Amino acid sequence: MSLDLIKYIEEPHPLTGITNSKLAMWLFLATEVMLFGGLFSAYIILRVGAPDWPHGSEYLNVPLATANTMVLIISSVTMVMSWASLAMKSLPKFKFYMTMTILLACVFLVIKYIEYSHKFHLELYPSTNNFFGIYFTLTGLHGLHIIGGILVNTYFLLTANKSWAEHPKMFTGRIEAAGLYWHFVDLVWIFLFPVLYLL
Amino acid sequence: MSQDHHHQELGFIQKYIFSVDHKVIGVQYGVTALIFLFLGFCMMMLMRWQLAYPGEEVPILGGLLGSGWLPDFMSAGDVDASTYNTLGAMHGTVMIFLGVVPLGVGAFGNYLVPLQVGAPDMAFPKLNAASYWTYFAGGVVMMLGFFMPGGAANSGWTSYPPLSIFASNGQTVWLVGMVLLITSSLLGSVNIIVTIIQLRAPGLSFFKLPFFVWAQLVTSFILLLAFPPLEAAGVLQLMDRVAGTSFFLPTGLVQSNMPLEIAGGGNSLLWQHLFWFLAHPEVYVLILPAIGIVTEIVVNNTRKPLYGYKTLVYSGIFLGFMSFLVWAHHMFMTGMGETMSDFFQVTTMIISIPSVVVLTVLIITLWGGSIRFNVPMLFAVAFLPMFAIGGLTGLPLGLTASDIYFHDTYYVIGHFHYVVAPGTLFALFAGIYYWYPKVVGRKMSSFWGKIHFWGSLISINLVFFPMLLQGISGLNRRMYDPTFYEHGASIQSLNVIISYAAWALGLVQLIFILNFFLSIKFGKKVGDNPWQATTLEWATPTPPPHGNFLSEPTVYHGPYEYSVPGRTEDYLPQHVQA
Repeated sequence: MSLDLIKYIEEPHPLTGITNSKLAMWLFLATEVMLFGGLFSAYIILRVGAPDWPHGSEYLNVPLATANTMVLIISSVTMVMSWASLAMKSLPKFKFYMTMTILLACVFLVIKYIEYSHKFHLELYPSTNNFFGIYFTLTGLHGLHIIGGILVNTYFLLTANKSWAEHPKMFTGRIEAAGLYWHFVDLVWIFLFPVLYLL
Repeated sequence: MSQDHHHQELGFIQKYIFSVDHKVIGVQYGVTALIFLFLGFCMMMLMRWQLAYPGEEVPILGGLLGSGWLPDFMSAGDVDASTYNTLGAMHGTVMIFLGVVPLGVGAFGNYLVPLQVGAPDMAFPKLNAASYWTYFAGGVVMMLGFFMPGGAANSGWTSYPPLSIFASNGQTVWLVGMVLLITSSLLGSVNIIVTIIQLRAPGLSFFKLPFFVWAQLVTSFILLLAFPPLEAAGVLQLMDRVAGTSFFLPTGLVQSNMPLEIAGGGNSLLWQHLFWFLAHPEVYVLILPAIGIVTEIVVNNTRKPLYGYKTLVYSGIFLGFMSFLVWAHHMFMTGMGETMSDFFQVTTMIISIPSVVVLTVLIITLWGGSIRFNVPMLFAVAFLPMFAIGGLTGLPLGLTASDIYFHDTYYVIGHFHYVVAPGTLFALFAGIYYWYPKVVGRKMSSFWGKIHFWGSLISINLVFFPMLLQGISGLNRRMYDPTFYEHGASIQSLNVIISYAAWALGLVQLIFILNFFLSIKFGKKVGDNPWQATTLEWATPTPPPHGNFLSEPTVYHGPYEYSVPGRTEDYLPQHVQA
């Protein structure tokens, strides 16, 4: 019995209806929910226990964050389109949409960099108070997730020709799993934006 | 995966070091974890010296370790207060996160789950290797703390702030090591869950799975959901230490009569909640694989079907679920409020029910069997009363009224060590003796195995039972000089007895280590199924080749078909059509 007999890499399991990698991605996302869940709980406990807590919009740049929200939502759409292109067997379209996704993610990071450097310029650091502490921790960790997504998506883009030629089904499955991750990262931002900037 | 990958002869490094074969990775996990267990044991021996003979120089080792190559560690040759704190924190961390869990989940889970579900490997072999190497890196990083000024982490394995925020840099290294270990656990548990759900052999429905696989499934879900909040807490504590935030630091802290220059406004209890949200489920991560191993061995050696298979499975699932709802019973004394304490007392009493059900099922399984008392069975049977003592001594700690008295005494130490050391560790020893023939092709010596068993059983009880008595007498834990207070000095003789027992326990383990290595070469050769067992791992060649089964097995029966009427043999393997 050889290792090539590891089943359900390309075809979904008849009972669960999904492939190994998709199940693994959902499980991984469950850990991510618990990670950010823990941090959000910390945020709630710190805020409830604080005698006064600054209003996010007084210190943070709401227009830039709104723009960033739009950037991430559009990148989610292009991510779906890149997967749909593979499902419709069009590699050039996949490359176009995947490049767009990566570029939009970079735009997000650039805007985030502008926000961060402005805060540092005003001498607002994580140590200033717990509001900025949790702001930098949550957005920093989210930024690391964005960077992780960029790295993985770039890898898929650079190896697309080979993977598509050799294992088209497996490749499509991988892009779908990467898409699940990317939507999750977007979703975290959808929570972060109102919690930190608006409330 | 390349098509002709398995036809090539692999070099030594690819085959044994950077292997992606779940069995090699399982053995790597096992050997590394045993080395860490030994290290953790040695740290405990140094602490035992100090507890038995406070302030006296450690013979031989005092000169070796005190010569200064480990900064701030036993600098005067004796176990001074700061060294004692370091040893206490690192003993706990090493034993739990680098020893027992990697042995129970990493080694046994990795080696056995794919075999018992009839799969050629784990679902993600490369991820599996990544999981091992992340664990290895986490262990090495944590040990680096010993070589730093101020020594390794010294704020207890629980790392409570504010103490841990101002501890030496060993604590930062501890946090980085923990993040690596958590990552490793998450990779491993995703892999195990996917393997169990997706890769079961044809015919192997969920209720035909050996209980060991169920235990690994529940354990993996606990790891998956409980570890990330600790990762979150670790990130926050790292920020407190490195970036100067005050997540865990309340306003108005004073150090050496100077007010601290921090923003303040943090919450120390927040750490405890996040920490115990992992660390209580962690208890079940320790105990569930152990129960799984004991079940396999008890059923195999009583030669009759398991009594109440489904009861056991549902209890295991219920244990896993409830383990998320009891964490704050570690925090009764923190002043978190009566409502909270009431809730967690109730859930704590509820979780004891499935634990008792599990023990009852295993004890009734023994009833009326023709029991074979081989070495694995001795350890497995000893697990039952040891785990029972550990569990029952926990009840007074789960009720606030008695916890006020027992809290932070040696009673707590005796209690949880009964669960983990003569409990879980005995089960892991049982597992090593039981599956060793499958891994190596030879049995470990049963004569020396029996000496190891009886020596361990007697000395380990002489170590931990007196601790319960010390606790009842009110002796405080975490004290580096137990004779400092009168009530401690009056029962100091118990500490001397415990230390002698601990050194005897160490000597007996040397027999195990010798037996373990010498049997690779000199053990008695055995066939593919030396214990006449029914589950799928015994249907492979010995040792199983890369890819495990010669052809994909089909499963026809439940896992424990022993003494089936009308058969000449007293067992019916899962893959044999009756």
